[in-house]
Parts: sequence; C-alpha cells; structure tokens
Amino acid sequence: METLIEFRQVCKYYRMGEETVVAADHIDMTIQRGEFVAIVGQSGSGKSTCMNIIGCLDVPSEGVYLLDGQNVGQLSAKKLAAIRNKMLGFIFQQYNLLPKQSILENVEVPLMYAGVPRGERRRRAMEALEQVGLADKYRHRPSQLSGGQQQRASIARALAGRPAIILADEPTGALDSHTGREVLSMLQDVHRQGNTVVLITHDNSIACQAQRIIRLEDGRVVYDGDPHAPQAVVRHRPGGEEAAQ
Amino acid sequence: MSILETFGLALQNIWASKVRTLLTMLGIIIGVTAVIVIVGLGNGMQNYMRDSFASLGTNQLTVMISGRGSSRSISVDEMYQLVEDNASLLDGLSPTVSVMGQIKVDTETLSSSVTGVGEDYLDMKGLTLAQGRGIQYADVSERRTVCVVGAYVAREYFQNNAVGQTLRVNGRKVSIVGVLEQQEDDMDEGGSDDCLYLPYSTASRFFSGGQVSSYMVTVADEDRINDAQTVLEDALYAVFGDSDSYTVSNMAAALETMNSMIGMVITILALIAGISLLVGGIGIMNIMLVSVSERTREIGIRKALGAREGVILRQFVIEAATTSGLGGLFGIALGYLLSRVATVVITNLTETAITVSPSLAAVAMASGISIAIGVLFGFLPARKAARLNPIDALRYD
Ligand SMILES: Nc1ncnc2c1ncn2[C@@H]1O[C@H](COP(=O)(O)OP(=O)(O)OP(=O)(O)O)[C@@H](O)[C@H]1O
Ligand SMILES: [Mg+2]
Repeated sequence: METLIEFRQVCKYYRMGEETVVAADHIDMTIQRGEFVAIVGQSGSGKSTCMNIIGCLDVPSEGVYLLDGQNVGQLSAKKLAAIRNKMLGFIFQQYNLLPKQSILENVEVPLMYAGVPRGERRRRAMEALEQVGLADKYRHRPSQLSGGQQQRASIARALAGRPAIILADEPTGALDSHTGREVLSMLQDVHRQGNTVVLITHDNSIACQAQRIIRLEDGRVVYDGDPHAPQAVVRHRPGGEEAAQ
Repeated sequence: MSILETFGLALQNIWASKVRTLLTMLGIIIGVTAVIVIVGLGNGMQNYMRDSFASLGTNQLTVMISGRGSSRSISVDEMYQLVEDNASLLDGLSPTVSVMGQIKVDTETLSSSVTGVGEDYLDMKGLTLAQGRGIQYADVSERRTVCVVGAYVAREYFQNNAVGQTLRVNGRKVSIVGVLEQQEDDMDEGGSDDCLYLPYSTASRFFSGGQVSSYMVTVADEDRINDAQTVLEDALYAVFGDSDSYTVSNMAAALETMNSMIGMVITILALIAGISLLVGGIGIMNIMLVSVSERTREIGIRKALGAREGVILRQFVIEAATTSGLGGLFGIALGYLLSRVATVVITNLTETAITVSPSLAAVAMASGISIAIGVLFGFLPARKAARLNPIDALRYD
C-alpha cells in the first residue's frame, strides 16, 4: 500500500500568555491511500489540531508532515491553496456553507477555484448533489435546509472536486443519531469508491465503522489499530486511561 | 476564477447590502458631482467670457493717450499716419470719443451710449446698416451733426422709421442718417442695440473737451496681435519719450488673463471638492475593513476550499473598486443633472447666459479617480483578508 499521510514527530504548541498549550505532542502516524480512519479522543485531546494539520489549514510547530511525499512545511501559500483545492475535501461539524449563496453555488466553489469552466462546473456540482440526494434543493439557501441536508450539501461540496482525501471533523456532531448514521453511510460509500477518509468523532458506534481507530490523549497517540479491539473503546471512569493502554 | 466572475460576486455582495453600499458611496458621489459641476461652471464662465470678448473684438487694440509726463502730444492725423506706416501689422484706425450727456427725442430722455467715431469704425466693428448710410469722411471733415442709431433706438423712439428724423444731444439737434442692424436677440435698454454714433470731430467739438484721446486699432492678423501691440507701443514711445503718456491694451490678452484667472479659481474649487473624494475613499476603506471582519469566516471557508491569496485579494479590491466606481457613475449622472439645473438657475438669477457644461475630461478624470480610490483604499483591507490564516479565519465568529 501507498503512504499518503505521514506525521514524523509532529508537535503543535499554542502560546497563551505565559503558558504553552501542547495540542500535539510528538505524533507519529501514517495513513495509507484508500484507508478509512477514525480519530477519537476526549475533548481537547488534539483531534482537530491533527485534522487541521492534515488538511493543510495549519502547520506543525515542530516535526515534519509529508502529504503524498511532499513536505508541507516547505510549500508556499499558493501551493498549499492548490493542495487544499485539488487533494482535500473538508466536511465540518458546523457545515461552513456560504450563507448568501445557493446550495449549487456552494458546491461549485472548489471547482471555481480549480478553474473548471462554468458549464462543466455546474454539471459536476449537480452530479455531486445527486449523489447526496439534494439535487431537487439546488436553488435553496443553506438557511432553508435542515441540519442533515446542510451536512449533505457540504459532503457534496467536499466530493465535487474529486479529492483524494476526505477530512470530516465531527460531521455527525450536530445531527441526531439517525441522520448521523445516514451521513456515515455516505462517507462509507465515498470510501468504497476508493477515497481516503479521515473521520473525527466522539461517537464510539460511529468510530467502530472505520477500518482503523487512532486514539489521542493530551496530544499523544495512545492507540492505533483495529476498531474492534477492546482497547479501542474509551472507558469513562477514573483510571480509564490506563485501561485503554 | 475569472475577473468577470469576481466582478459578478462583487456585485452580488454589494447588492446584498444596498443601503450600506449607498451610504459608503455617498462621499464619492458628492465628490464626483461637485468636481463635475464646478469644472462645468468654469467652462461655462470661460465660454461666456470668450463670447462677450469676441463681441468686443479680439482683433482690436485700444490706445488711450493721457499725455501725462510729456509735453508732446499726438494728433489724429499723426495717429492715422502711424497706422499706415505699420500696415503689415496694423489694419484700421478709428478715434473714439465717449460723449456724456443728455439725449432727447421730443420730451423723452434716452440712456443710449453715445460715441464719436471715424468713418471706418462700423466696418472695423463688423456692424452693418439696416437703413440709411453710415458715418462718412465728409461727415467727419465737415463736423456734420449727423448720427447713426442702434436698432433699439429706432424701434423704441421712431417706430423703425428713424432715418431723416432728429434728436437732441445736449440740446443740439442731430439728424439720423442710418440705422444699424439688430445685434442681440433680445434688444434691451442699455444693450448693444441701444447706441448712437456721431462723427468723432463733431463729438469732440460740440460734446466733449475738444481733444481726441482714445483710439481703436484693428490688427491685420489676429495671431500676431502681440507683435502689433509692441509695434504700436514702440511708435508711441518714439513720439512721447515716456511710457506713462499712453496705454495700449489688448482684448485678447485681457481675455487670456481672465481665462487663466477663472481656470485657477476653478482648479482650486475642484481640488477642494476633490477632498470629498478622499473622504469617500476613507469611507470605503472603513466599510471594507468592517466587511473583512464580518466575512472572516467566509474567507476561512474559501481558503479551506482552495482560494489562493491572490483570488481573495482580487475579490475584495474589485468589490471596493466596484463600490467606488458605481459611486462615480452616480456622481457623473448627478453632476450632469445638477449642471442642467445650475444653468437654469444662473440664467434666471443673474440674467447672464452661462451654460454649465461638464467637460468629458472632467468626467473621465472623475471616474478614473473614483475607481483608483476604490483600488487604493480597498487594497489594505483586501490584503488583510488575503493574509488571514485559514484556520484562524475558520474559527472566527
Ligand atoms: N487557537 C488555539 N489557541 C490556543 N489553544 C488552542 C487553540 N486551538 C486549540 N487549542 C488547544 O489545543 C488543545 C487541542 O485542541 P483541539 O481543538 O485539537 O481538541 P479536540 O480534540 O478537537 O477537542 P474537541 O473534541 O472538543 O473538538 C486544547 O487544549 C485547546 O485548548
Ligand atoms: Mg475538535
């Protein structure tokens, strides 16, 4: 298998006045092309920090991040923008759709930045909307859709540019369990079509659907492997940390 | 993403906050309107000046002999000789004698201007006769008490039947031998048509001090009027030996001086109006800064989806330029409208026919400047937006 994402001793520090918060603490990990990985961990454990680094929205304070063999830390802002545009598709917990634009226009945005001509852009955006079952709502504004529909629209937007990697940061966090499962099954479809999917979640039942779980605690990787192993599941009681190890 | 699409997006954003955009544009609108109207007013005044000077004649020099500082003097014949000697530059000469006095037709008193002139005067002035004849050499040499009257006098006091009639100038009977063609569209008391011309010899003998002290000289070539003036001045200096004894004035030069003065005043006024453009630019910068912080999240999303810094920069700069450009457009429209209104108001209030005519150059400059202001003042906020760290922008709320 081909390595797509590789962290080598990646650290991320945030300076808060006098204190320094360590959000990522010498993380080593690799994700292969075509994998479906769930990153789990308690709140504040550094999941979003890792995701933002993977997504080239942020850069490590220390260490090296290789994306498809390229050292991201050495790339220009312009190159990074191109990578975000062509290789990565984001799905956010808060959907992050542009409120003043229609669903179709929202889905077109990444294609527009990729320089896809208008006609083809429209066609591909409609295709992506069909894939998530929103083709009939293409003229609606995000505010006219339910949370689940908005999240589907944002999935369509992530898929429209046909990126190699789909990054989803708690995509089901704001949804009820039924809609959450729907979104998850969409991600599974995307994975089956050959995409690499990295999913952040709190929900064990959702994490278990992934091929692999990476568990973070205080910015460190404490488990990396089979989602069905007993250690993969976090126990919410004192001493749970040791139990997980 | 093409410029056209960016432009469309800018229009979309502007349309989404119409009232705010309109208020932002106000400074630009007022500035552009003011510049256009002021420059238009300047053009109008210059045109008005040119027209009124043209009726005075821009091919004319006026000579005034004061005799001050010299015991010498110059006779009318010597003046004629002087003009003849410089025929390559100087064309015609006529003494002009202003007569102060009372003109009466029966018991009615007229307020017409009365001038004593030579036999060439009407030709030199381009005045033509409607009836009768003009002032002739014999009238001058024999000091006849004859006169030519303007169309207004003929109409008002003689029912257009003036030739052969008489009037009284300072009690002396003068007979009318000719009537001039009407000059102005609306003849009025005190206008160019309310006039009376006598032979200068008659005028100086009977109605003023006896001396002829002012002359009108026409030049052969209007373009060489300054040379003509110099020649005339040199010749007069040779006679008097003192430059205080005479003055030669040049209508074209006076017009030029007037025009450059008007031009200067207008430029200063336009610059002051231009300050409003600067204020408008600052207003645009202000609103763009607000817009950038309001849309930080949008910028974050766009960056996450692959927008390059250049694209974001372009988006905001074009938005600012579109705002100010639209303001400029409104300003131009308003400027033209106000120019029309100002023309009517000025004509009615001052009874001078000044047409406020905005120049294309002013319009081009105003629109260029307003767009440039948008780009200039939009650049700083746009760069701020473009340089936002994507993750910070996404987290912002
Ligand atoms: N911009 C920031 N400035 C300062 N500290 C930050 C910043 N972003 C994250 N942190 C800190 O880094 C740590 C990891 O944050 P992160 O957002 O990665 O956690 P998370 O695992 O995604 O949590 P959650 O499940 O609540 O989303 C936290 O302690 C957080 O306070
Ligand atoms: Mg998080």
